Amino acid sequence: MNSYFSLLFAFVFLPLSILAYGIAPKKARWAVLLGASYLFFWFLSGALVAFVAASTVSVYLCGLGMARMMAKRDELVKEAPKEKRRIKKECKRRMRLVLAAGVAVNIGMLVALKYLGFFSGAFSSLLALAGISVPTIVTSIGVPIGISFYTLMAVSYLVDVYRETVQADRNIARIALFLSFFPQIMEGPICRYGQTAQSLFAGEPLKRENLYAGSLRILYGVAKKVVVADRLNAFIKPVFDNYASYDGGVIALAAVLYTFQLYCDFSGTMDVAIGIARIFNVELPENFRQPFFSRTASEFWKRWHITLGTWFKDYVYYPVSLSKPCKALTSSARKKLGNRYGPLLASSVALLAVWVGNGLWHGAGSQYLFFGLYYFVMIMAGGLIEPVSQSWAAKLGIDRNCAAYRAFQIARTLVVIFVGELFFRANDLQAGLSMFSIMVGNFTLDSFLQGRIFSMGLDLPDFAIVVVSLLGVLAMGLAKERGKDPLGSICSRSALPRWSVWVALALFIVVFGAYGRGYTPVDPMYAQF
Amino acid sequence: METRNTIIEILEDLCPDADCDTCTTLVDERHLDSLTMIALVADLEDSFDIEVPPVAIVADNFNSVDAIAKLVDTLVEDAE
Repeated sequence: MNSYFSLLFAFVFLPLSILAYGIAPKKARWAVLLGASYLFFWFLSGALVAFVAASTVSVYLCGLGMARMMAKRDELVKEAPKEKRRIKKECKRRMRLVLAAGVAVNIGMLVALKYLGFFSGAFSSLLALAGISVPTIVTSIGVPIGISFYTLMAVSYLVDVYRETVQADRNIARIALFLSFFPQIMEGPICRYGQTAQSLFAGEPLKRENLYAGSLRILYGVAKKVVVADRLNAFIKPVFDNYASYDGGVIALAAVLYTFQLYCDFSGTMDVAIGIARIFNVELPENFRQPFFSRTASEFWKRWHITLGTWFKDYVYYPVSLSKPCKALTSSARKKLGNRYGPLLASSVALLAVWVGNGLWHGAGSQYLFFGLYYFVMIMAGGLIEPVSQSWAAKLGIDRNCAAYRAFQIARTLVVIFVGELFFRANDLQAGLSMFSIMVGNFTLDSFLQGRIFSMGLDLPDFAIVVVSLLGVLAMGLAKERGKDPLGSICSRSALPRWSVWVALALFIVVFGAYGRGYTPVDPMYAQF
Repeated sequence: METRNTIIEILEDLCPDADCDTCTTLVDERHLDSLTMIALVADLEDSFDIEVPPVAIVADNFNSVDAIAKLVDTLVEDAE
């Protein structure tokens, strides 16, 4: 068992977990979920499960420490109300130390396990320029599954306790379940404690409507992953591995198809995660909102991997933007550059921190750092040209909300996304730059016109299945954009149409899934991050 | 009333095109975007000696002068 898409998980682990949850008494259901979560983690990462346990203990202790300080503060304020401000300030200072310790432990484990090789390699290369030779540190322990996800959740819990938006939990089991809940441990969504902790612990009974709605959502996710994403791999992998053998047209197609592959893989896995959680009556936050309808790069990141974007907004962007040095910069920049470009200059510092963090969060590689900086530049450029664009549209009498202009904006954003994903998927930054150079400098449609495209891993029927499936996904997205909920509306129908859709979707996966001979199984792509 | 006037003064500087006193869609109609929002929050923090937590930076708290004044009053009360 290595993911939600393995047969052992689908036909043994998940049904047994549901069964055990269903027959366990209400009080013990959280324990079933916790046991299943640690067992799942063990299957995927073995003894590295110790790291998620260490995170849990550190977060629990720091939370309790801050709670005690707050209790003491309230006592002191009661005794000396006039001293309230001073007491609060002193308490905040102490809590900040505990918070810093908790964040350092958790981010420290992440850096040690995931980034040490990358940073020490970069450091060695830098020193080598000065003629100093330092060996690169290589960690051989391995990386626990989902460490990038549960570490952000651990940090968010600590900061939320510090900000007093959630109360520190005195039950370590609840924190353990919050951090390790098996449907979300591989790829998120990155939940906040206030969102899921109570429902995870509530032990609500299994309900027929949840079993249906959850399993339908799982099937929809499996279809996206197994029929589209896994199939596309046969075309994409060879192109990215041997890009020098292909012309610019093929590389452009690979970049476009990779974007759809990543979307179907990641959003499909999210459907599975949300569907499994629904069965246990736990509502996980949505991670995608029709990202390909975005009109700007900035909007794209509000619709793609939403929980990562909001995490960076709440725990990096705002704290950096509202820090004393940044506020001083905002104030002086506004005086010199006005109310549009002044705040833009000041917020560029916070945006840079966000995008360097976002890029590196995806992986320890130069291509990921480049990917983050690419979006930093795109979003900054968007902010800079927005007033110019507004004024030109007004001068030319263009209605910026008309369908044609919206279509132009969406098309422009898609190009930005496709180029970004080319660098993101490239084996390293050098490969990404070379591929971009071939795509632009040697662009030709020869491979399409001569039909060679159908002998590059995917034949015509494969392409047809991909196109039809993507049209189905597009139709779902269009309905959601118009405020409809196609899957939800199926759940409210009578038994015959409900189960017809369910069986049809299951058959669609069985018949058109890219598995078996001729296809290589593909692990969920975001699990590696 | 004094709080309200100070907020209107700050808003008029940041969004001169909006009728700040009566507008109830400052964020929804993008008179305040993510950039001017940061400038507004920074000004509010300095003017009222408060700390606006990131969780409070949501459209509902910034769509009108009254909503902003309510938020400021809560934070001032909390700080004292």
